[in-house]
Amino acid sequence: MQTATSHRFKENARTALDDPALQKALGNFQENFIDRRARAAARLPEFDALRDAARDIKDHVLENLDFYLERFEAKVVEAGGQVHWCTDADAARSAVLEICRAAGARTVTKGKSMIGEEIALNEHLAAHGIEPVETDLGEYIIQLRHEPPSHLIAPAIHVNKDQIADAFRAAHADLDPARPLGEAPALLAEARARLRSRFLAADVGITGANFLIAETGSTVIVTNEGNGDLTQTLPRVHIVLASLEKVVPTLEDASTILRVLARSATGQEFSVYTTFSTGPRRPNDLDGPEQFHVILLDNGRSRMLGTEFQDMLRCIRCGACLNHCPVYQAVGGHAYGWVYPGPMGAVLTPSLLGVGEAGHLPNASTFCGRCESVCPMRIPLPKMMRHWREREFERHLAPAAARHGLRLWAFLARRPALYRFAAAIAAGLLGAFGRRRGRFRSLPLAGGWTAHRDLPAPEGRTFQQLWAKRRRVS
Amino acid sequence: MSAARQQILDALRRSLRRDVLPEADRVALEARLAAPKPGLIPARSRSDGRARVAQFLKMAEEAAATVTHLPSLRDVPGAVTDYLARENLPAALRLAPDPRLQSLPWAGRPLLSISTGRSDGSDPVSLTPAFAGIAETGTLVLLSGAETPTTLNFLPDTHIVLLEAGDIVGAYENVWPLLRARFGAAAMPRTVNLITGPSRSADIEQTLQMGAHGPRRLHILLVDEQEATR
Ligand code: SF4
Repeated sequence: MQTATSHRFKENARTALDDPALQKALGNFQENFIDRRARAAARLPEFDALRDAARDIKDHVLENLDFYLERFEAKVVEAGGQVHWCTDADAARSAVLEICRAAGARTVTKGKSMIGEEIALNEHLAAHGIEPVETDLGEYIIQLRHEPPSHLIAPAIHVNKDQIADAFRAAHADLDPARPLGEAPALLAEARARLRSRFLAADVGITGANFLIAETGSTVIVTNEGNGDLTQTLPRVHIVLASLEKVVPTLEDASTILRVLARSATGQEFSVYTTFSTGPRRPNDLDGPEQFHVILLDNGRSRMLGTEFQDMLRCIRCGACLNHCPVYQAVGGHAYGWVYPGPMGAVLTPSLLGVGEAGHLPNASTFCGRCESVCPMRIPLPKMMRHWREREFERHLAPAAARHGLRLWAFLARRPALYRFAAAIAAGLLGAFGRRRGRFRSLPLAGGWTAHRDLPAPEGRTFQQLWAKRRRVS
Repeated sequence: MSAARQQILDALRRSLRRDVLPEADRVALEARLAAPKPGLIPARSRSDGRARVAQFLKMAEEAAATVTHLPSLRDVPGAVTDYLARENLPAALRLAPDPRLQSLPWAGRPLLSISTGRSDGSDPVSLTPAFAGIAETGTLVLLSGAETPTTLNFLPDTHIVLLEAGDIVGAYENVWPLLRARFGAAAMPRTVNLITGPSRSADIEQTLQMGAHGPRRLHILLVDEQEATR
């Protein structure tokens, strides 16, 4: 698997906060993600009802996951494809390598796939003499820079134009040094031209899957660039990387979830390309791959089923929880130290890597609840982060100070009146402190945070007091 | 392979605290798969007639597709020629080997160089037929097949699509029964493309740019025979 530095979250976060280029790159979430999603959601009156429906579909699937996976496999085989069941990252990498070798592959094009990242596929292929070429523009950029993605749907969000130009000049040996690459269109044109020849020359194309459809044995990808389609149409072999929980029963079920996916991810009404692939090309088809393989990866997911983390398996990787998370917005994706960043990563990574490596991540939260409030699949992320905290606490992995803080919180939380009282005192004090400027430049116990971010000053009342007052007024 | 398969299925069942699904449950799931039911369909996708066509137009244009309205299939060659001239594009067209496209009066456009077949990446412009349009989001439905190669949808810089107004449906869920009617229950062609506007990327500093890897331009020829006879 991809090596992790999740256990160093605090150090990673500090480095991120001290990186001015990164801080600038992370500056546009409000406009580009938060506002757009809000507009798209507001435009569809049925949006929240669709979120309920999407959640219910996935819950139904998870309760019957064995049945739907077996049906999916049967339909893939019926359409002329193959399913490779893989218990862990090692097995998945070996399966892909074996298919590539059997096809005599020298280069492999890749569409965006988080599973590809999770199993560190590129490193494995390269180590065995097969060149992997990422074709999603963002993935291509970070592949050239030898770094992991920092966002689920915008993998190179942390990179600026100058850094991209540098990466292109370093990698594209015959690029005329006099050619200007200062602006985004020039960079896009350069990448498009480079990758076009790679698409046409590749022996194998590897994509991820947003959904697997049990009814028909189809796999589904959702993209805006069209790179995934070129990846899976031009080479002789198409390999799909998917984890178990991607399966849905029918085309109708996929439609419901698709309605909340693009709106939550980019604020689009619909992504540009939503593609259903079923088996290899048919005998009279003029193009398309001759082989169709689906890698079905478990890698710890079957263990999450039936636990308090089962709901996490509803995740459709839209990225909304990242975009709305104050911690993610401040430190970016790399601080989380592995493949999955933000609130979803804080819940998923400990499940897949264990508490020892990633038990700190659930602490990277202000428990503001925004992630859950925007999650299209209504995943109770803060609740699950709390579960992880409790587990970490039980295992005595937390430093003593955190343990005592948590114990105090747990003591107060079980006594609502006392909690309100304590919170009121704290808010009152803080309010008196910061009222002059409305923001704190520094706070005891929160130094690591306020060195870089002004913490909004409480207005002297707790939310519960304000709420009670509002209710009296109305 | 089968050892891992069994191991995973066993692990799932252990976590679900049950054995293989009981017969009654299995029958219920089979029934759900055999007769797929649409879920919640947004009100905007339940329009019909002119309103549905108008909804398609509005959403397609919002997704940065361009649309020309035509009263008859016979007008297609002229509309293609005009479009290419207007956009300063080469007068060379790669046609899908689809009988409906092949039977159009191309001979009346001698300056347009026409070829037929899949794309190898050297064609600047393609023309393909749509299986359906979806009004909800201005989405085109294109199928792979002997007469409709998928490469034409992605390799050319400019993709022109012929869509008949009568093939526009309201929601995604209206397309699936049409596919089942054409290919049989639970069967699909190799590729079903839902396409909404031309290719784009925002991967460079979150700035939206058109024409990432797929076509830079998506032009829809909307043939509305009813319109002409009204
Ligand atoms: S947890 Fe929810 S909001 Fe976050 S990526 Fe998954 S589906 Fe999207």
